Amino acid sequence: NSFESVASDTLTLFLFFPLNSFRTYAVRRIRDAFRENKNVKDPVEIQTLVNKAKRDLGIIRRQVHIGQLYSTDKLIIENRDMPRT
Amino acid sequence: MLLRAAWRRAAVAVTAAPGPKPAAPTRGLRLRVGDHAPQSAVPADTAAAPEAGPVLRPLYMDVQATTPLDPRVLDAMLPYLINYYGNPHSRTHAYGWESEAAMERARQQVASLIGADPREIIFTSGATESNNIAIKGVARFYRSRKKHLITTQTEHKCVLDSCRSLEAEGFQVTYLPVQKSGIIDLKELEAAIQPDTSLVSVMTVNNEIGVKQPIAEIGRICSSRKVYFHTDAAQAVGKIPLDVNDMKIDLMSISGHKIYGPKGVGAIYIRRRPRVRVEALQSGGGQERGMRSGTVPTPLVVGLGAACEVAQQEMEYDHKRISKLSERLIQNIMKSLPDVVMNGDPEHHYPGCINLSFAYVEGESLLMALKDVALSSGSACTSASLEPSYVLRAIGTDEDLAHSSIRFGVGRFTTEEEVDYTVEKCIQHVKRLREMSPLWEMVQDGIDLKSIKWTQH
Repeated sequence: NSFESVASDTLTLFLFFPLNSFRTYAVRRIRDAFRENKNVKDPVEIQTLVNKAKRDLGIIRRQVHIGQLYSTDKLIIENRDMPRT
Repeated sequence: MLLRAAWRRAAVAVTAAPGPKPAAPTRGLRLRVGDHAPQSAVPADTAAAPEAGPVLRPLYMDVQATTPLDPRVLDAMLPYLINYYGNPHSRTHAYGWESEAAMERARQQVASLIGADPREIIFTSGATESNNIAIKGVARFYRSRKKHLITTQTEHKCVLDSCRSLEAEGFQVTYLPVQKSGIIDLKELEAAIQPDTSLVSVMTVNNEIGVKQPIAEIGRICSSRKVYFHTDAAQAVGKIPLDVNDMKIDLMSISGHKIYGPKGVGAIYIRRRPRVRVEALQSGGGQERGMRSGTVPTPLVVGLGAACEVAQQEMEYDHKRISKLSERLIQNIMKSLPDVVMNGDPEHHYPGCINLSFAYVEGESLLMALKDVALSSGSACTSASLEPSYVLRAIGTDEDLAHSSIRFGVGRFTTEEEVDYTVEKCIQHVKRLREMSPLWEMVQDGIDLKSIKWTQH
């Protein structure tokens, strides 16, 4: 169903956010949002939520792209094999 | 189940050819931190410089100084930076009209976050300008009848400095002291209000110690005594629920870059019912109801509006997470290190701003040691001088503890991993620095430091 496909599209895309903190935030936030709304039964409300999710998907797609264009070095914790004091 | 499906698809996408590339090949745009030369400019003959390995960026734990732009905010701003570049005050063409529509939409978004009417929001260049307008504007307008202002000793530099400049103009200012908890004494406030007091200014959440002042009570006191109440809410807007009518606030300063919005923009809320009159500081074409002339920067205010809207939606979720992470940070540090003091009242406290003093360790040396984490000891405005923060002095912290304070900031994008790493490094370095400290040795031997008579050689 369209709800699940939007959810899964969104999650897939999130994994490409280059900035670690945005990536972890996004994954967590969307997962929590879908979990919160999973018991919504009213079809009008469901459609509103799906539309919002589709809009958010568009935002994420663009911002992930921009983040990659302007990517910079990784954070300390993303590369724990090279410890610095 | 959904996440597993997503991971599978991601794995396929990464191994397959096109689609968004996780490792951006556009090397030319990479920026390097610190003193490393930009990659494109490294000449071939300095092959002698050894391969330093990848430069890694420090973790950002200084959200009280500024915050990163939320991707949703950037997405809202970009169209106005690229195509919709009209001046919102141009009344004669579509470029102006669309820009004006965006500006008004942003005004509505800011207003709805604080429970105000959009006509009561004036866009400025930031909370500093808003504070200046509020304090100097109100004081000067009513100068013929009212010459007294009240503020606190822990306000932001711009508020204190505005009051100081008003004193030079002949006004009288009372700087209320704060209790050890960082909160003002309401009885002292009531006692300080005189018949010729025009304004009381108390910040909602302190940027150095995170203490929340009793804004609703102060508002009640001020409205009963017919005195205007201004609050610098730069650190509080979008993080704790605020309502200008419930809290009887007459003027409020809002900062864009503290709520995941752009830098260089802010707003001031000026009540219309009953009307608060303010003398404008900046003269010009009469924009923003004559209170703040100058072209309103559409991309920036659109960003501020989007940031306010996102904050309104995310407030509860963020607050819950930030409280949890803050608890985690404080508990883990305190259970592994003795002699750590948290500055500011633990109950009336915004959890995202944690100010800890580590006894027997110098704050600057700890900050230098924690170079993998971006932290600050006190506010960015005063970090250039060597003096300990005036806020810590106002809450009665001992000199030596005031010098050893560090401010940890937890925000919307802070992860558990970052908090754990910060805690680990902090504990490690505090232990190391204390090992080197002769004062710590003496304390371990049971000597009371206050009883020592230091001699001059």
